Amino acid sequence: MKAFTTLNGLVCPLDRANVDTDAIIPKQFLKSIKRSGFGPYLFDEWRYTNYGEPGMDCSTRPLNPDFVLNQPRYQGAQVLLARDNFGCGSSREHAPWAIEDQGFRVIIAPSFADIFFNNCYKNGILPIVASAEQVDTLFKECFANEGYKLNVDLEAQTVTTPSGQSFSFDITPTRKHNLLNGLDEIGLTLQHADKIKAFEEKHQAAQPWLFA
Amino acid sequence: MAGKTLYDKLWESHVVHEEADGTCLIYIDRHLVHEVTSPQAFEGLRMAGRKPWRNSSIVANPDHNTPTKDWDKGIEDPISRLQVETLDNNIKEFGALVYFPFKNKDQGIIHVIGPENGTTLPGMTVVCGDSHTSTHGAFGALAHGIGTSEVEHVLATQTLVAKKSKSMLVRVDGKLGKGVTAKDVALAIIGKIGTAGGTGYAIEFGGEVIRGLSMEGRMTLCNMAIEAGARAGLVAPDEKTAAYLEGRLHAPKGDNWTKAVAYWNTLSSDADATFDTVVVLNGAEIAPQVTWGTSPEQVLPIGSTVPDPAKEADATKRTSIENALKYMGLTANTPIEQIQLDKIFIGSCTNSRIEDLRAAASVAKGKKVASNIKLAMVVPGSGQVKRQAEAEGLDKIFIEAGFEWREPGCSMCLAMNSDRLSPGERCASTSNRNFEGRQGPGGRTHLVSPEMAAAAAIAGHFVDVRSA
Repeated sequence: MKAFTTLNGLVCPLDRANVDTDAIIPKQFLKSIKRSGFGPYLFDEWRYTNYGEPGMDCSTRPLNPDFVLNQPRYQGAQVLLARDNFGCGSSREHAPWAIEDQGFRVIIAPSFADIFFNNCYKNGILPIVASAEQVDTLFKECFANEGYKLNVDLEAQTVTTPSGQSFSFDITPTRKHNLLNGLDEIGLTLQHADKIKAFEEKHQAAQPWLFA
Repeated sequence: MAGKTLYDKLWESHVVHEEADGTCLIYIDRHLVHEVTSPQAFEGLRMAGRKPWRNSSIVANPDHNTPTKDWDKGIEDPISRLQVETLDNNIKEFGALVYFPFKNKDQGIIHVIGPENGTTLPGMTVVCGDSHTSTHGAFGALAHGIGTSEVEHVLATQTLVAKKSKSMLVRVDGKLGKGVTAKDVALAIIGKIGTAGGTGYAIEFGGEVIRGLSMEGRMTLCNMAIEAGARAGLVAPDEKTAAYLEGRLHAPKGDNWTKAVAYWNTLSSDADATFDTVVVLNGAEIAPQVTWGTSPEQVLPIGSTVPDPAKEADATKRTSIENALKYMGLTANTPIEQIQLDKIFIGSCTNSRIEDLRAAASVAKGKKVASNIKLAMVVPGSGQVKRQAEAEGLDKIFIEAGFEWREPGCSMCLAMNSDRLSPGERCASTSNRNFEGRQGPGGRTHLVSPEMAAAAAIAGHFVDVRSA
């Protein structure tokens, strides 16, 4: 996994609540057996005016000029600003794969759906929960100021606006450590292999039918 | 000391290791696998030179990409075919307890075949790279949807890295009226608490209405727990749970059965257990539900009118209503019963079990699908469900009424195969998500129960199944 330490990144404001993972990456792209290459299909049905198919060359597809990701001022954005319940619905990890592939490393929203939130950490994306008022302020500032960037410091757990206003965010120490160091979670878990084996033996003795 | 909730008991009996910050390794008993969210996980395993920790925990089956008709032609879309063949090859290489390849007589939707083969049992932890894994909570199993990285993690380590959720009790008291189903209860709960209402919680469903539901009904309810934002829904096992499981292929047998049932009887929340949140509904007040928007929380009882954004004070919510009405092609204040339909879909991991098909058939029996309905399809959840329905003559009832009777699979719930809505088409669907484009780009989905879908097929528009 890619490590995440600090980022000073352009912000793209996606002003919608309940953005679901079907919208983030529509089902036809889930047929891929690869982990990469989903970026051009991110928000496909909102981003393009024609129907996207896997393998399509997106550079020649008609863009929806009203969609925020297509506006010139947000090109190269690395921070996605969103509303409540971002990433709800399907568990598809293709959603964070597409977001990461597009170049985003941070998502800020008042709330996230659980599975999506988890999936972000597995892919070097930092999802930040901020208060609804805080998010509202960021939206307003972002709309008002072209080139609006946020500075995100994972070690310090802070987000700083261009005017120097700062707020802190929560993250569990385990997730923070893994993200700062880009650690392979499976490798870490396998350090506990003896404990897993011991648990399994005890579990099997108590409920042998689970192992039939 | 306060008593324990069912969730506490399930959680505590699976903790392998706990970090200082409460992050735990949870042992996983059952791993359900389908073709869409597993190829990258198996590939990761292969690249790292790892093997599955316990391949006998795996129950696998392709379901999302498989066609629901013309099985003799195979899978025509080459990308879909490759994904299904990749699952075949991965299971061949790594092994599984159960694998039903495409066209096997028992193949079906993973959340239907798990329980019907007795591979979902009370007290288990169950995961799958699929959000509707919450379905299995109907058995008193702790069942989570997970991402593909987590699928790989479970394959390699038989554990999941997780933190304990908060607990919520949703109690539905009283009795349901005639024509009101588990689907309506689920939608009414989501309407009440919202699609993020359950975020961060494991929801236990309790109360007289829940105890009165069949196992199929409980599966429908727990299936929709994810649409309320909860990763897990739970119903305490009881005599109905045991009766459903007894004799199924992988259910415990003999002495193990007796011991298992004795253990399952301990799996309920203690009388003095406390929940972080309690939500109470009165079953008698729940009417058949219809979603009107593009989120499952945008739902109303039949008999209502489509909401008017002008009456919403909150700006974000007002925009959501406006966006939804625009996408759905609906005008504010239109009576739901006047909404005309183009297609009907009866199926999905929410509502494709035998009881769902019986209920829909009882409404359709002796009637005809309305002339404005371009397609009404019934997609059974599995080969077993299909055979059972055919043995009961349900297929004939549907076909005579003008429905298509299909082969099992996920089908038009998410439209990964060729079953989909065309832009602008409006569908009464027994599935679980009415998101934009979910059933096909530009398609408009209204979520309802099987009875309501069948009644809408006959009328050509929504009707109150209680008076249909």
